[in-house]
Amino acid sequence: MDFIKKRKLFYGFSIAMIVGSFVCLLFFGFNLGIDFTGGSLWELTALDIKNDGLSRIVGYLKNEELGQINVQTTNEDSFILRFSNISEEKHVQLFKGLQEIIPSIQERKFESIGPSIGQELKTKSIWAVFLVFFGILTYLWYAFRHSSFRIPSYRYGVLAVSVLMHDAIFIIGLFSLLGKLKGWEVNSDFLVALLVVAGYSVHDTIVVFDRIRENIRLKTKENLREIINLGINQTLLRSLNTSLTTVFPLIALYFLGPISIKILVTAMISGVIIGTYSSICLAAPLLYDWALKQVQH
Amino acid sequence: MNYKKLLIIISIFIATIFLAVFVYPDGLKKRGIKLPHFFDKHFNLGLDLSGGTLLLYEADLSNIEPSDYSSAMNGLRDVIERRINYSGVREPRVQINKSGEKWRLIVELAGIKDIQEAIKMIGETPYLQFKEARTEEETKAILELQEEESKKEEPDLRIMQTDPYFKQTSLTGKYLKRAELGFDRNSLPIINLQFNNEGTKIFAELTKKNIGQPLAIYLDDYPISVPVVREEIPSGRAQISGKFTLPEAKELVMRLNQGALPVPINLISQQSVGAVLGEESIQKIAKAALFGFILVLIFMIVVYRIPGFLASISLIIYVILNLSIFKALPVTLTLAGITGFILSVGMAVDANILIFEHAKEEIKKNKPMRISMEDGFQRSWPAIRDSNIATIISAVILYYFTSSMIRGFAFTLAIGVGVSLITALYITRLFLQVLTTNK
Repeated sequence: MDFIKKRKLFYGFSIAMIVGSFVCLLFFGFNLGIDFTGGSLWELTALDIKNDGLSRIVGYLKNEELGQINVQTTNEDSFILRFSNISEEKHVQLFKGLQEIIPSIQERKFESIGPSIGQELKTKSIWAVFLVFFGILTYLWYAFRHSSFRIPSYRYGVLAVSVLMHDAIFIIGLFSLLGKLKGWEVNSDFLVALLVVAGYSVHDTIVVFDRIRENIRLKTKENLREIINLGINQTLLRSLNTSLTTVFPLIALYFLGPISIKILVTAMISGVIIGTYSSICLAAPLLYDWALKQVQH
Repeated sequence: MNYKKLLIIISIFIATIFLAVFVYPDGLKKRGIKLPHFFDKHFNLGLDLSGGTLLLYEADLSNIEPSDYSSAMNGLRDVIERRINYSGVREPRVQINKSGEKWRLIVELAGIKDIQEAIKMIGETPYLQFKEARTEEETKAILELQEEESKKEEPDLRIMQTDPYFKQTSLTGKYLKRAELGFDRNSLPIINLQFNNEGTKIFAELTKKNIGQPLAIYLDDYPISVPVVREEIPSGRAQISGKFTLPEAKELVMRLNQGALPVPINLISQQSVGAVLGEESIQKIAKAALFGFILVLIFMIVVYRIPGFLASISLIIYVILNLSIFKALPVTLTLAGITGFILSVGMAVDANILIFEHAKEEIKKNKPMRISMEDGFQRSWPAIRDSNIATIISAVILYYFTSSMIRGFAFTLAIGVGVSLITALYITRLFLQVLTTNK
């Protein structure tokens, strides 16, 4: 298959996807979890919640100066409340108050995170991500140094990181959309999923690049276009097989695992798929176009 | 057949069976087979999997020299750990976390879902301080300042809360060796304190300096006894004689012995995880993971036949080896950690697929099986090496620059990728070499 010939199609598709992601992000934003924003998350269950119980609870809490209160029912008999960060004394006091309203009420989970912690997680993650980009870039620069005089080795690194960003932006856009449609929250689980996507994307891209590097070294074909296209085709089967074997356990987890990890697993599955696509249809063709530009100048 | 290599393979199998029992001893125990205690080790489950309480404290190090920060934090951690252990909670995890200029303590208590109870357990540890009297000028100055400040609309709390009569010394509960219950001449309960070597020195200096002056003993920022120093005390012994009842004194002695906090702490964040990801969920995850893994093995065997079968065996060894490392170190398994492990399994499978795809190409060139396999290994090595090193670099960066959760992910990923390099390049290769020697 001639991937280079069809590359404009892939570029168009990717650009559309990235634009779509930004549009989603712009309009829907993110459903940030309290890991990032700080605040309290309180999961409660009660037997007789169905009637006017919930509205009575919310009515009671509204008078307690908790900031904005967000209510989400998760089950027939359980629900999650979100509000500002409170102290332990306040938590105990509120629970006593709720028990007076609904005696059967029980606590499943309570989290209260100070706003500074959330901010810290954000800053730290962003720093770590940039350092990871830099690390990958530098290593590939070094690892591909003998590849060829025609393609300077830093480009492998730059492209691997660009493709990785492409994948990450897609996932971020997807979750912005899912946040709007399904109310899915972006918490630190999502951050982990994003890291998996990044790791997988780079891994896949390196394998394709390695094949191109080998073809350049062995001079399997005359011109760069054929060398790169051959590289893609040679790794095609491997890429698909690997993606399949990675997706298998994830699909099993999606259907058989508990609901609480569905968000994580969904992000990972879509990440593996987009990572496979981008290494084949984006990374290698971009390498070609970049080399082409150099020749023309 | 190469006997030396065969011998190595047999040893690998025996080791694997041993490790398999180590990872899942229940399989044998259910059948009534008794195992040595060595096999009783449990997986160390993170809070998100086991349920429990997480408390995040920030330490107030304002009275400590910056060079002593880390030793003060270590002391704090030890004291809190001891304190929790006394209460019978299994395997508390107390970690020191430095974030920018802030020093924090992360306390994880598996099984406890009642935050109130957990906070009480830690928070009740007394904070013991010895304070010396300020000079008259100092007292006057502070009182004047406070009077001025109190006239303002929003008085500065730091100034208002300054103790005008006593000031902090370096002697705190950190230097306490032992506390004992005693009785004074009137048969009232008193508490005898014995300082450690360092504390004895500080106490001697302090008493020498303050002869004729009061030296106040504060417990949890509250003065409980203000004795006047008569002479220098070189023995490192001190006495607290408050108006205790006997049970109060007993309780205090016990708490002091369990450890006084070397620095005060503040609770800044708390989480309790209930049965959301409890027992049932873990079993579900385990089942799903096993099912997915079997699918992968079937896929490998169907697509790559005999080499695929050998790769499957080395993958099984890989997973068992990895899980043994998790159990032995032990690695705290969280949802994020398991995710990192799944990613590393994917990469280990990929290493095998890369090798076989290369080998298949060599076979097409009509090379003999053995040489094709060997060439497959040689040619796929750069890709496996570079992709795995890039992953390890990312994992190491993430480990050092982030906090608990992402750290767990990075740690299992790094271990997984490291182990996969060994199993794919050594064990799978060995199998293939032995199998193809005669062909």
